[in-house]
Amino acid sequence: MSHDQKSIHLRDMHGLTVRGPVEWTEEEKAEIAAIVAKYPTQRSAIMPVLWKAQRKWGWLQFEVLKLVAATLSLKPSEVMEVATFYTMFKKEPTGKYLIQACHTLSCALLGADRVIRHIEQKLQLDEHGNSPDGKFTLMRVECLAACGSGPMMQINDDFYELLTEQKVDEILDAMAADRPLPVPRPEVDQWTYTPVS
Amino acid sequence: MDVYPRILSRIWGVPGSHTLAVAEQHGAYNAARKALAMSPAEVTDVVLKSGLRGRGGAGFPTGRKWTFVPPPEKRGGKPVYLLCNADESEPGTFKDRFCMWNDPHQLIEGMIIASHALGVRRAYIYLRGEFEYVQRRLDAALAEAYAKGYLGENIFGTGFSFDLYTHLGAGAYICGEETALISSIEGYKGQPRLKPPFPAVKGVWESPTIVNNVETLAAVPWIIENGWEAYKAIGTEQSPGTKLFSCSGHIMKPGVYEIPLGTPMMDLLNNWCGGLRPGRTLKAIIPGGSSVPVMTPAEVAQANMDYESINKVAGSYLGSGGFIVMDDTTDMVDALTNLLRFYAHESCGQCTPCREGSAWMYNILCRLRDGFATEDDLVALRDLADNIHSRTICFFGASAAMPVQSFVTKFRDEFVARVESARAGLPAGLAVAK
Repeated sequence: MSHDQKSIHLRDMHGLTVRGPVEWTEEEKAEIAAIVAKYPTQRSAIMPVLWKAQRKWGWLQFEVLKLVAATLSLKPSEVMEVATFYTMFKKEPTGKYLIQACHTLSCALLGADRVIRHIEQKLQLDEHGNSPDGKFTLMRVECLAACGSGPMMQINDDFYELLTEQKVDEILDAMAADRPLPVPRPEVDQWTYTPVS
Repeated sequence: MDVYPRILSRIWGVPGSHTLAVAEQHGAYNAARKALAMSPAEVTDVVLKSGLRGRGGAGFPTGRKWTFVPPPEKRGGKPVYLLCNADESEPGTFKDRFCMWNDPHQLIEGMIIASHALGVRRAYIYLRGEFEYVQRRLDAALAEAYAKGYLGENIFGTGFSFDLYTHLGAGAYICGEETALISSIEGYKGQPRLKPPFPAVKGVWESPTIVNNVETLAAVPWIIENGWEAYKAIGTEQSPGTKLFSCSGHIMKPGVYEIPLGTPMMDLLNNWCGGLRPGRTLKAIIPGGSSVPVMTPAEVAQANMDYESINKVAGSYLGSGGFIVMDDTTDMVDALTNLLRFYAHESCGQCTPCREGSAWMYNILCRLRDGFATEDDLVALRDLADNIHSRTICFFGASAAMPVQSFVTKFRDEFVARVESARAGLPAGLAVAK
């Protein structure tokens, strides 16, 4: 197999092509072995290894799923079945900042729709939720277990809570400029929140 | 209002409460030492007598669940597993995140004690995928505990060995159902399984398995340290102890509050939650997470926050303690449509009544919300809900049906008004003048 065949094309939202071999490094192989050792069966390691692959390649292209299957001595269909069941495994690429905004009841009662519409307008998102520069992707998601501090959103791995239009502006402006992000979720260190307006 | 012992939130708010050093200053791992000096049967007996009930939603007595694990000679050589359910996904519920974030060592200690009682050598904490940052904190706490010899081989020199791992889900509400959680950790789609066999007999990797909620396990160290009598003295006869309530919605001070079970619902609303926003009146409260039947103000006034009272007064459930307050600005049709979008999205797709029914209920509600529904739609909605309830493998079907049944019954006027305004050709939400 040529190097080219082993490579996959990871498109970002600009349509740029990122080339990288779809294989684990020796170090990663050792880490995967350690993950597998936590469980009595190899199959149980599917989800942790998919997470690892998604962090490395950004999303789970079919070539990546095949690699995960080969790594765990499983059929590609078995890995595909799991990857497509769980919503957080990305079957297509997203922007650098994936915004998951909660729109379930508690957040909705506190104005989540208003905040989400503000995000859409501010970032000029298209019908797929992507910004023109491909840096941001917005998804409306169901409850993220931060109901007391709604409206809230998760950007990549972090929660941002008690959102207002101004607070959204601060957070997104910092990300647009790739400045260090405001410290996320100071709210969770206390367990009562400031009054709602 | 600090007149009762804080059990679960004992060290929340103390700077560095998530670190081993600070947790130990506040007595962490004393209960584990005490429990490991007791026999497993004695530990189970204390938990059984304390009356501790599962805090994930069903309220099943924890000690009794533990006794369902078959004795060693009947396990066919299989090990016993303990799974901690940290897949907290019920809309309105966010207490477990606080437990793990503020006091991870309390959960770890609870799991050591439970594992000793159950004869477990390997246990897992199943976190929902969005809790990746909580997993990082838990993993750091686990590393500290391992370094001190509180986990791993020969804990506290007692000869008891125990390994504890975290496992991250990836965004599926259904994995909070215990058999779905088991399917998921085995590396399958998170689809629930038929019971029996119950997990305690045949669960993860075909072995006896106990699945307990975070809050349940976190309460165990206090019970061991202070005795079952002390725990049973708090709360009510059938609902002993304290519980964390996740309070959200139209209230002045949303947050997580630990109060004794049996506290009047109005006290929780007015004293802890800071009451409603100025000038507003109460329209409805969902007392136990989005899946339980909604309560009217008249029911709220009579109910206490315990498993029995809520059921007796309003036919509802304490559930996971997700307390969602809605004031008079809330449109109940919109609120129910919002909830059904959640259930239609999260149905795992295994059972036809739930997969098809939840989507159809959502479709009808959208029609109702947008002003295109007729009386027949209201009948169909109720029919669908009645036909999903209890006709599925897991409780999800009922969870989707109960909000519909209760909203449409208890707030019927608002639903009928939408139909009437649709018939009169008025824009959605505009009532027909009587």
